[in-house]
Amino acid sequence: MTFNDKIKKATTHVNQDEGLIFEKSSPGKKAYKLPPLDVPEVDAEALLGEHAREDLGHLPEVSEIEIIRHFTRMSTWNFAVDYGMYPLGSCTMKYNARVNEFAARLPGLANAHPYQPERISQGALRIMQMLREQLIEITGMDAITLQPAAGAHGELTGILLVRAYLESQGNPRKKILVPDSAHGTNPATAAMSGYAVENLKSNAAGMVDISSLVAQVNEDVAALMLTNPNTLGIFEQEIHKIADVLHDKGALLYMDGANMNALVGKVRPGDFGADVMHLNLHKTFSTPHGGGGPGSGPVACKKMLEPFLPTPVLKENADGTLAFDYNRPQSIGRVRMFFGNFGMFVRALAYIMANGPDGLRQTTEDAVLNANYIRKKLEGIYELPYKTPTMHEVVFSDHLQTRKGVKTGDIAKRLIDYGFHPYTVSFPLVVHGAMMIEPTESESKEELDLFIDAMKAVAEEIEESPEIVLEAPHNTRVSRIDETAAARKPILRWRPSQKAEAKEAEKLEAAMKG
Amino acid sequence: MRYLPKSQSDRDTMLGEIGADSIDDLFSSIPAEYRLTRDLNIPRQYAESEIVDFFRERALESAQGYVSFLGAGAYSHYRPVVIESLVSRGEWFTAYTPYQPEISQGTLQAIFEFQTMICELTGMDVANASMYDGSTGAAEALMMATRVTGRHKAVIASTVHPEYREVITTYARYEGTPIWTIGHNENGRVDLEKLESSIDNETAGVLIQSPNFLGLIEDVPAIADIVHKKGALLIVSIAEAASLGIVKPPTEADIVSMEAQSFGVPLGYGGPYCGVIATRDKFVRQMPGRLAGETRDRNGKRGYVLTLSTREQHIRREKATSNICTNQALVALMVNIFMTVYGKEGLKDLAKHNLAKAHYAAEQFKKKGAKLPFDGTPFFNEFVVQTKGDPYQLNSKLLKQQIIGGFPLKKFYPELGNAALWCCTETTSRASIDAAVKEVA
Repeated sequence: MTFNDKIKKATTHVNQDEGLIFEKSSPGKKAYKLPPLDVPEVDAEALLGEHAREDLGHLPEVSEIEIIRHFTRMSTWNFAVDYGMYPLGSCTMKYNARVNEFAARLPGLANAHPYQPERISQGALRIMQMLREQLIEITGMDAITLQPAAGAHGELTGILLVRAYLESQGNPRKKILVPDSAHGTNPATAAMSGYAVENLKSNAAGMVDISSLVAQVNEDVAALMLTNPNTLGIFEQEIHKIADVLHDKGALLYMDGANMNALVGKVRPGDFGADVMHLNLHKTFSTPHGGGGPGSGPVACKKMLEPFLPTPVLKENADGTLAFDYNRPQSIGRVRMFFGNFGMFVRALAYIMANGPDGLRQTTEDAVLNANYIRKKLEGIYELPYKTPTMHEVVFSDHLQTRKGVKTGDIAKRLIDYGFHPYTVSFPLVVHGAMMIEPTESESKEELDLFIDAMKAVAEEIEESPEIVLEAPHNTRVSRIDETAAARKPILRWRPSQKAEAKEAEKLEAAMKG
Repeated sequence: MRYLPKSQSDRDTMLGEIGADSIDDLFSSIPAEYRLTRDLNIPRQYAESEIVDFFRERALESAQGYVSFLGAGAYSHYRPVVIESLVSRGEWFTAYTPYQPEISQGTLQAIFEFQTMICELTGMDVANASMYDGSTGAAEALMMATRVTGRHKAVIASTVHPEYREVITTYARYEGTPIWTIGHNENGRVDLEKLESSIDNETAGVLIQSPNFLGLIEDVPAIADIVHKKGALLIVSIAEAASLGIVKPPTEADIVSMEAQSFGVPLGYGGPYCGVIATRDKFVRQMPGRLAGETRDRNGKRGYVLTLSTREQHIRREKATSNICTNQALVALMVNIFMTVYGKEGLKDLAKHNLAKAHYAAEQFKKKGAKLPFDGTPFFNEFVVQTKGDPYQLNSKLLKQQIIGGFPLKKFYPELGNAALWCCTETTSRASIDAAVKEVA
């Protein structure tokens, strides 16, 4: 058996090599042309004196065609949603609609200066206002801020709201409870907000253990940060009890909205007891992940937290025009300059409009259907550590495969050869050797079947010839990358001395190919 | 729904395979009392053509065809067409964070190049893959200084962007970092005497901005001497990245926090932009944010990978250097392409055009009788103009001529009276400068 004969979705093809841009640079090449200066030229040294800069170091000098090829070639080394299923659990890698991109680039929106007068910004403000209203309806909350730049930034904003509210009640309290299945951003956020972090254990069903919760919640606890459905994809069925236990002791329920793609149109956090939550527009509302960002992390909350929202807050004047209200004496202050990642607001609103209430509900249903279909088809082939019903994502473990010495990270690398982006590896931490799969609604039955076939084929390979999986990926332009070496002796930037080294390495590579 | 790739019969087949009678079975873990049994009260599904029309209408309600003299932390520079062309490739914008290096080499190599160019521009040793923006980046840089020095106080110049300072106040409040704000002298720069007297042996970091919010270039070497003598770190915030083409980089700083929006990022009503933190090698382990590093694959081939992640929240949780996860990767790519297009010579030429336009405009204001309160202090492409009339009223007059005047400073710097901050970039024409000056002065 050759190591590629079970692969149905992908094949290898020639892809272009491309060095660093600095290695293409040579003096005199240009990719720009400025128009003639219509004002008198100035003498920089005379104007700036000792502050005048003489030299820009090793910035590149290249032509336009080289730039196009450079970034195009490099782009083809990336996997992307546009290529295929990207089942990263808790990341919600769904289709990024093109009309969203079109709308965000319209001149009146893309060129708007944040300090231009409000009366000539009404279109931009209207977009923000509509998005606010619709997100409030979707979450079942009372108020919202769009200012936070990403999910973790929303968490910080939300916990600061909790803190400001509790302070106004006389005691900010000391601790935040975080379940052991939580994203790392939750404890990091709590620490940044000046709170101690206390871990909360899950029960055998993968949910918050109510008796532990009761034992841990006291007058020192400010809030519980809860992801629902949690990172195992499990809806916290006793959510009302959780909220009650907290509220009885004067603590608040913060909901991490990372997994909101399981809930939109089916249930609203505001209805089941959440006091404050963030949304990830780059997950649930389809704004693109962009290779790591930008995101947007609006924070929705109940009425009692509204006075503390970051300044400014958008308001509607009596004449129907929109304006920012900066006079918010109880506000936690700003969390970001200007008004947030406006370009993401445009995209998210376009997504909601394209869906409508029926489309959003169907989207959620399809996301949950897809995850359950994968669960059904792969259960037994991979260990399912929690049998509790799951929603938009399912977490398996590598327990059955470790007998052959193969771990979740190895299976992930082999999936790459099969034409899929891996699932989320080794998270959540409560599952040893976790394989966290979130297909989203964007996958057809055909793509899901190919994924399932690939996962089965890898499981077979592990039984027959585990070295294939241990040495994967085989079909990528680089083989497994040495992460340990990278961290041990970090090379975090190119330096001119590397030019010579790179030439040597190329020679070595050529010799090896030969 | 046109984004959903399944027919009803696909759904029925899948439900059958799962062994569910209906889709509701899959939602049975949600307590019935909370399930939504109605449609969300949001507008109906729109056709793509309707969405396009809707946003075109909103775009028309926002300023178009105006000449603008606004800067103040968001700058209007020409964006080479290749930027949109390249970042519109799905391989860039529909990819996730490059956690799987074997299928993310494009993003990783681009980050590595970005880090390199930021270092070259700022004179620092190491730069991260991006922060949310200049304001949060400055706040995180100050927090970094507290970790490096083990001290807890901060000193901030009043000439740092006022909204940056507001964000820092929010961040610092619960980190237990008291802030001393120091004013500017009659030249509009940091008052060195006040600076010296406000730093004590508990001061972790001093944050200044250069060019500062009033457009003026600070004397970074002199400030650095004072700060370092007291054992604190100097953090220099740069809000107008284009200045680095002609203004000496703050090589005396310990941390540089930059907003790179000027480099090919649309104004976009304030975001998304691109913050970035750069620093000395010795401080890298206290730095927040992602870092790409060079390494080798199993066959010895050069490759790139996210590295030093033991600083980050997904590994270190509550002991992480920051909670930041998502950053501004695609915007950093725009910045990267912009820096590559202009390069070593172009960024200098571009900066010279900015310098020339702003100095021409300043001269015209002066000639026509307006007062330049900080005349004589070096500036890049922004300058303060004092007028007899109220700048808000002057701006209203200008708006009628499709001109957006300078940023009125009353709100943040009432001591400057009827003053506004005017910005000219390479895109500002002489004719529009002349028209604005005529109306204002």
